[in-house]
Amino acid sequence: MSRFASTPAVEAKLRREAAAGAIFLGMLILILLPLFAIVAYLLWQAAPSLNWRFLFSAPTHGMREGGVWPAFIGTLYLVTLSLAVAAPIGVLAAVYLTEYARDNWFNRAVNMAVLNLAGVPSIVHALFGLGAFVYAARLGYSVLAASLTLAIMTMPVIIASTRQALLSVPHNFREACWNLGASRLQTIRTIVLPNAISGILTGIILQVSRAAGETAPIMFTGAVFYKAIDPGTLFPYALDEQCMALSMHLYTLSTQTPGVAASIPNATAVLLLALVFLVNSAAIGLRTILRSRGKW
Amino acid sequence: MNAIETRGLNLWYGDFQALRDVTLSVEQGAVTALIGPSGCGKTTLLRCCNRINERNPAVRTTGEIRILDKNIYDPDVSPLELRKAVGMVFQRPNPLPVSIYENVVFGLRLHAPPEARTRAALDLAVEKALTEAGLWEDVKDKLGETATSLQLEQRQKLCIARLLPLQPDILLMDEPCAALDVTATENIEQLIRGWQGAYTTLIVTHNMAQARRVSDRSVFMLSGELVELGSTQQVFDEPKDPRTADYVAGRYG
Repeated sequence: MSRFASTPAVEAKLRREAAAGAIFLGMLILILLPLFAIVAYLLWQAAPSLNWRFLFSAPTHGMREGGVWPAFIGTLYLVTLSLAVAAPIGVLAAVYLTEYARDNWFNRAVNMAVLNLAGVPSIVHALFGLGAFVYAARLGYSVLAASLTLAIMTMPVIIASTRQALLSVPHNFREACWNLGASRLQTIRTIVLPNAISGILTGIILQVSRAAGETAPIMFTGAVFYKAIDPGTLFPYALDEQCMALSMHLYTLSTQTPGVAASIPNATAVLLLALVFLVNSAAIGLRTILRSRGKW
Repeated sequence: MNAIETRGLNLWYGDFQALRDVTLSVEQGAVTALIGPSGCGKTTLLRCCNRINERNPAVRTTGEIRILDKNIYDPDVSPLELRKAVGMVFQRPNPLPVSIYENVVFGLRLHAPPEARTRAALDLAVEKALTEAGLWEDVKDKLGETATSLQLEQRQKLCIARLLPLQPDILLMDEPCAALDVTATENIEQLIRGWQGAYTTLIVTHNMAQARRVSDRSVFMLSGELVELGSTQQVFDEPKDPRTADYVAGRYG
């Protein structure tokens, strides 16, 4: 037999390799198919209602006609407020856990708890928000209570992602700073945060889509089926009022309102998707820009 | 006066004892080499001298360390002030991810009062430090570039230069040439020899030829203990302890 010639055992190995490759590819297609199917189906169903008037007008005729403006602006409200609360607190807590806290059982337990909280279903956060903010803190069913509930829901994830971003800053940068006599705070401000900022922002922005999409936490604490607003004003909801929101609106249209044309809930869903897609693209863009600026 | 003096210094990482009853004196203005096999405690001893070890919560220390005749564990000693006077250069050059200019003035930005941080003062400090580190000619036209644009040797020189504006008394060097090639090593050694007593230098090295070339005095350590301390010529040519003799002859390590 000639040297380096293929043997039946080798042939079998190559066949198995080809088969494995085909299976992996098949799985990928299996994942992509429903994704494209969803988007295509939504767009097709929503087509009759997809226009600017739909976005900028209020629902009419018991929500069987008209647009989604109050819900859209309500979602923007809730998301902005919740992140204004969750982002600073979450980032600072993560800085404490990563840069200040010693590695002892208590802090390990806290880290564990944060990771577990990040996995708690949103309906549980909703119940907590109802008990803590609506009743105990006497905020009532309101924009404020709903935003705080969303903040509680997003905060553990922000802490976890910020911690990852901080940990990815090489330790020898910190050592270099300390050896020049920098305090912890100086080290964090001058070196650690500037190098982690792209990761931190990405983590925060990804929570925007989560806060925008969840229904349960706001349904329990401050979102309503319908609320008439003045379409001219940019800040139509007061903090102690209830508001509409896209995810809630979609739920209402799909389950609570008989006789709605199929295009209306589908267009609402498309809008929600577009919002999430836009925010995620912004996150990716921002990360690219910050990475190239702080090139190392 | 000795620049560094330790008395009965013990150090533990958790349960592991890395330094055992180390009593050492380092002459002011001299270059002292710390030699010994890997894991003998050289770097640990170095890191005691500016209390950077304390950042590791598992570290426990007993004994006394005096820097310029001041016990650095006295309650009135601030580690931040101590580290200004006792700078450290690492094995892997670790410039900060900012411009060359900002690397050099980093220490001044941390410590100098605002009135001492005028643009002119900083510019002057940068030129002085980079010149002293033998880097000015290479980088004077690209001070605004990030330190990544530099080669390894230049990065290490930058790491040395960044200590100088703080006017340190002591420079701790942890195998400063381990990542560098022959020419770069030679240039860094030349730099060290050129200080001529301006700084007290304590240099950890695995390279015995380097210890011979750059140091006035040598300290041989083994398993966390200080075995022998003397002039470099004496430690290498007429070692008193048989363990030193075996090590410098290359029989182990």
